[in-house]
Amino acid sequence: MNRKLSRIKRNIPLYIMLIIPMVYILLFKYVPMLGTVVAFKKYNIFKGIIASDWVGFKHFKEAFAAREFRLAIRNTLILNIGGLIINFPFPIVTAILLSEMRYKKVKKITETILYIPHFLSMVVIAGIMYQVFGPRGIVNGLFGRTGASAIPFMTNEISWRLIYWGSGVWSGLGYGMIIYLAAIAGINTELYDAAYIDGAGRWKRIWHVTLPQMRPTIVTMTVMNVGKILSIGFERPYLLSNVAVKNASSVISTYVYSVGLQAGRYDFAAAVGVFQSVVCVCMVLIANKVARKLGEEGIM
Amino acid sequence: MNSVYDRKFSFFQLMMLLLCGVLILVTLTPMLNIIAVSLSGRNAIAKGLVGLIPREFTLEGYKSVFSNRNIVNSLFYSVALTVGFVLLTTFMTILAAYALSRETLKSRRIFLTIITITMYIDAGIIPHYLLVSKLGMINTVWALIIPGMISPFNLIILRTFFLGINKSLFEAAYMDGCGEWGCLFRIAVPLSMPSISSIMLFYGISRWNSISDVMYYENRTQFYTLQYQVKLMLDSISIDYNANELEEVLVTPENIRSAAIVFAMVPMLIFYPFVQKYFTKGVNIGGVKE
Repeated sequence: MNRKLSRIKRNIPLYIMLIIPMVYILLFKYVPMLGTVVAFKKYNIFKGIIASDWVGFKHFKEAFAAREFRLAIRNTLILNIGGLIINFPFPIVTAILLSEMRYKKVKKITETILYIPHFLSMVVIAGIMYQVFGPRGIVNGLFGRTGASAIPFMTNEISWRLIYWGSGVWSGLGYGMIIYLAAIAGINTELYDAAYIDGAGRWKRIWHVTLPQMRPTIVTMTVMNVGKILSIGFERPYLLSNVAVKNASSVISTYVYSVGLQAGRYDFAAAVGVFQSVVCVCMVLIANKVARKLGEEGIM
Repeated sequence: MNSVYDRKFSFFQLMMLLLCGVLILVTLTPMLNIIAVSLSGRNAIAKGLVGLIPREFTLEGYKSVFSNRNIVNSLFYSVALTVGFVLLTTFMTILAAYALSRETLKSRRIFLTIITITMYIDAGIIPHYLLVSKLGMINTVWALIIPGMISPFNLIILRTFFLGINKSLFEAAYMDGCGEWGCLFRIAVPLSMPSISSIMLFYGISRWNSISDVMYYENRTQFYTLQYQVKLMLDSISIDYNANELEEVLVTPENIRSAAIVFAMVPMLIFYPFVQKYFTKGVNIGGVKE
């Protein structure tokens, strides 16, 4: 009894440490979850969320009937699925090849430089893309076409998508690689010794040792990315977009921003957000199941 | 690892050196090009001559960036905001991570579950906006600080690290009359400086680079961060550029644009060499699952 009492007494400081963080989590993470009921109401700014009248699924029906909403979903899926496929091989292949380097200094320098773009803001990345692929940019310069004869990369939907994905590879390669490099560094070297003694060459060692050992990491990362297939950041599509490619660059996050925060239709925009969140949670759960089926641990 | 079976000078290793060269070149070229354009004159840019070296060297681009009071002021504001944000968020994260790493706290599982769930379920921006507005934080600096106070991801990173500290250290300190606050600030924090630096870095990058919350919550110029001011400057230049295309101006809009981009990019690049080593470390701890 005395021991239990002293343990509780000892725990008081721990509870004090947790007060502000837990209040924060409840207020800023859980209260907004309750706030999503606004999606089922006719929001009246003077009445507030609770007193506003219920309208059921009206906003959802309206959303699915809206051309812009379907366009935003289509674009989100195109940009995310394309990005997933294009981004998939680069960090894995680069991590494997860098691990085969004998020149450790060169390897270190290359890694350090590849991490730099991760530190740049989207404003800077978008600005760089507009300059590099612009009418007087270095890419048009390489083709010897400047000014009037320049190729309009940023204002053509197809090349715009390629630049969207490409800038993602450019800025995300180093970051994506870190976790794979760590996975490779953790492989038991005896496996390589055994493969070497059995006469396996470099490519066989990569194929039969490195890749199978990386499998859990690859599966986990892919599962997490597939789970995020309908969630898209706001800044990258917003800052890279321009009037000419609106039909390719309007995505869910930018759509919610323009109908919700700019046009003030909070209830309708919240419905779009709720739809997105529900699909996201389902996707994560499904992806997690798939990972388990594949014999991996999953993420939860 | 695998590479120990290699001779140092083989065809493969040569190809690898080449590959590294290509990777470095592809990564650095856009940044070096922007720097070169920012220092180049109008004619050279129009002819598409500017590659990695400035042509017709001029500082006009930078003069016009530095003469923009909004941008210069927002630099100091952004530095202060980021420092304040990092100190607060890191302190709060340390408190929560430490408490949740202590095995004496039997209820820690419940708290941890409550926090982890928020990593997978997000209410979306509208309810967040309505909450921030309800709390009266719109058009105050708090809207850029409080809503991001604890990142569950960073909390898990730090907790994982605290869990790795040898328990007997805490027991010994407890025997010597050291309480939980003492254990936290005299044992856990000093032993975890690399991890704490990592999460400070993550908080710092996100605050410094983010413009979305500035767009959502702020309407007044004095609360605009550097990145957002640069964005506004880039927008306004492209409009001026169309209007004045036929006029003879000394500098091309491209070099002003590029100078603004370099101005937004350089603070991070100066900072980068000092924090780079904490970066991979943090990412890797974050990758270790619960």
